[in-house]
Amino acid sequence: MIGMMRMMAAIVLNGFRALRRDRGALILSFILPVAFFSIFAAIFGGMSGGTPRVRVLVVDEDGSAISGRLVNALLQEPSLAASTRPDAKKGEPVPPFFTAVGAETAVKQGDTPAALIIPKGFGAHPVALGPGADRTPIRLLHDSSDPVAAQMVAGILQKVAMTSLPDAMAKVGMQYFERASGGLTPEQRKSIESAISRVPRSSTGQSGPPAGPQRDTGFVALDVRDVVGEKKQNSMIAFYAAGIGVMFLLFTASAAGGTLLDEAESGALDRILSARVSMTTLLAGKMAYSALLASAQLTLMFLWGAAVFHLDLFSHLPGFIVMTAATSFAVASFGMLLASVSHTRAQQAAVSTLIILTMSALGGSMFPRFLMPEAMQKVGLLTFNAWAIDGYTKVFWRDEPVLHLAPQVAVLIGAGMVLFLIARRFARRWEYA
Amino acid sequence: MYVYHRCMASPMHAIPLRIDSVVKRFGDLTAVSGVSLDVRERACLGLLGPNGAGKSTLIRSIAGRVRPDSGGIRVFGEPAGSAAARAELGWVPQELALYPLLTGRENLEAFGRYQGLRGKALRDGIAWCLEWAALADRAGATVKTLSGGMRRRLNMAAGLVHRPRLVLLDEPTVGVDPQSRNRIFEMVEELRGQGTTVIYTTHYMEEAERLCDTIAIMDHGCVIAQGTKEELVERSFGRRSDVLMRFASSVENAAAWAAARGGTLQEGGEGVAHFAVAQPTDIAALLDAAGRDGLEVIDVVLRRPNLESVFLQLTGRDLRQ
Repeated sequence: MIGMMRMMAAIVLNGFRALRRDRGALILSFILPVAFFSIFAAIFGGMSGGTPRVRVLVVDEDGSAISGRLVNALLQEPSLAASTRPDAKKGEPVPPFFTAVGAETAVKQGDTPAALIIPKGFGAHPVALGPGADRTPIRLLHDSSDPVAAQMVAGILQKVAMTSLPDAMAKVGMQYFERASGGLTPEQRKSIESAISRVPRSSTGQSGPPAGPQRDTGFVALDVRDVVGEKKQNSMIAFYAAGIGVMFLLFTASAAGGTLLDEAESGALDRILSARVSMTTLLAGKMAYSALLASAQLTLMFLWGAAVFHLDLFSHLPGFIVMTAATSFAVASFGMLLASVSHTRAQQAAVSTLIILTMSALGGSMFPRFLMPEAMQKVGLLTFNAWAIDGYTKVFWRDEPVLHLAPQVAVLIGAGMVLFLIARRFARRWEYA
Repeated sequence: MYVYHRCMASPMHAIPLRIDSVVKRFGDLTAVSGVSLDVRERACLGLLGPNGAGKSTLIRSIAGRVRPDSGGIRVFGEPAGSAAARAELGWVPQELALYPLLTGRENLEAFGRYQGLRGKALRDGIAWCLEWAALADRAGATVKTLSGGMRRRLNMAAGLVHRPRLVLLDEPTVGVDPQSRNRIFEMVEELRGQGTTVIYTTHYMEEAERLCDTIAIMDHGCVIAQGTKEELVERSFGRRSDVLMRFASSVENAAAWAAARGGTLQEGGEGVAHFAVAQPTDIAALLDAAGRDGLEVIDVVLRRPNLESVFLQLTGRDLRQ
């Protein structure tokens, strides 16, 4: 028995000795889990202070005192990032207020997930109780690619209306009471109006139960409209195809780049470089293969989306081709860089897994970026995933023309070129001894 | 004689290989220390030496994969590593430098294309290689399904698909069975028969003796001797014979005893001493001396000196150490 225990102890000791010298296994065992824990803790608010604020544009077409109070309350609402005009740039005059048309465009372009438009006449009939009541609905324009934003804005609007327009609500209550009780005496009316005048005119920061976005429930009537996806059929499939696709593309590119290390280890790289192939030609060739493979993968992904999930691929072909080419180029160069900085295949595999999973978590492949805290959304812009997903969303969800893909394409191609140049620099170690 | 010191000959036309005072260091280690060699057309130079002698570094320098710290190498008059030199040179590395998931034919096609071949030249090169390596019937099989010997032959063929005039074979028989080794010997002989100049590194004496007309022995980065086999033996032994005397493991001071009688105790050779004797009867004197000094001798061999004897004589070590 003791002999068996000693042998087991020797096996355990050998395991730890081998692990200590295997950097790849060490990274996968200890660094990867901690890195992921940290990333998801940050995404879900552990480090960033709770639920993200929902961005919403507010347009006050009414211009009444009541609508003004509602707007002010919305601007002060801590759970919203509300704005009535674009941010002023340094040294430039204060920009004009948003218009209804401008707000709708902003939602369509994905600059904001929702906009509230307070129409003319709202101040006369701001709130009411029950369906069919006489009131002027506020228009809520939203982009259903962010299904949470519209729900939150609608709920918070009801809360803000209750806390910022208590006098209006009291008046409506009095009207209901008068109607039900058969009328008030002049003394009663005077007394109630006096009480209403003493009701605080504005109140913010208090919590209340959110209401749904339906048109006739709640105190403020809402006219909710999905301005991006109202005519679409299942187009968010593009979002998932891009998100998942890019993550797997990164793995594919990493594996394709890894063949460079396989060849270095087998001696084939030496043989190739002793022929008439230069290091630049070899890297470019490997990258072209990787990019073509990535393009084929994405094409298959979207074709599958079109066949099974009714993704409208064929009317978005130009945008799809542009985004697929740019994304494939970027991930291919990324794969080359990973291979050229790694010293062994095992090291490359471990480092790639760590980086790709981190990029995918931050970049929105695993969890939509718009649901992340704002700081994390900005960090996500350091990843290929975010730019690729944004580009595909522009194509398939927002129906934007190919020219509007310029930022995404520029970032992907530019980053790809920079990474390739860095990879080439690192690959010098293979050129000569 | 096909190998010359630079001072011995200076041919006006471009010879296949000229190595001039090449030095290569890796940190504190001097892998190649001032080697100079000329190799004439159609020669087969055997580069012999134990592991770490600097053979592979020298071969990789000729292939343009290692840049010497000083000195120069020219292949048919062109600097090693230049496009012109690469076109004339075929390098078969020690490792199985192949694509394991491609077939034999696909591997040859890939390496042919890397050498700039296309069209008929590529097809002809592949066909010649498959026939030369006796792999025509397995051309469509992936490398990983081939036997060890077949892989070795394909590895050689992949370096020759562009039909170079100078071929570097770096230990091409490592890890192959005797039958496959024989086949490889035949391939090298066929290559020589077609007029190709060959540099062949090995630490198997019998390979060098069979295939090479000239030998350069390397140790610690230097060429310590070169010439034909007969010249090397003549220089080291003259007309003397090689005597191997094995002592019992308990014998101490065997090295000093052997040295006192003009012999050397082989390093790491488990008590084997070497002596060069003028007459076979001289063995009796050695045995008498050992008996007088109380040394237990368990085995004595008299043999005609060969390259292994030369190497031991020169370095005190066995070639395979």
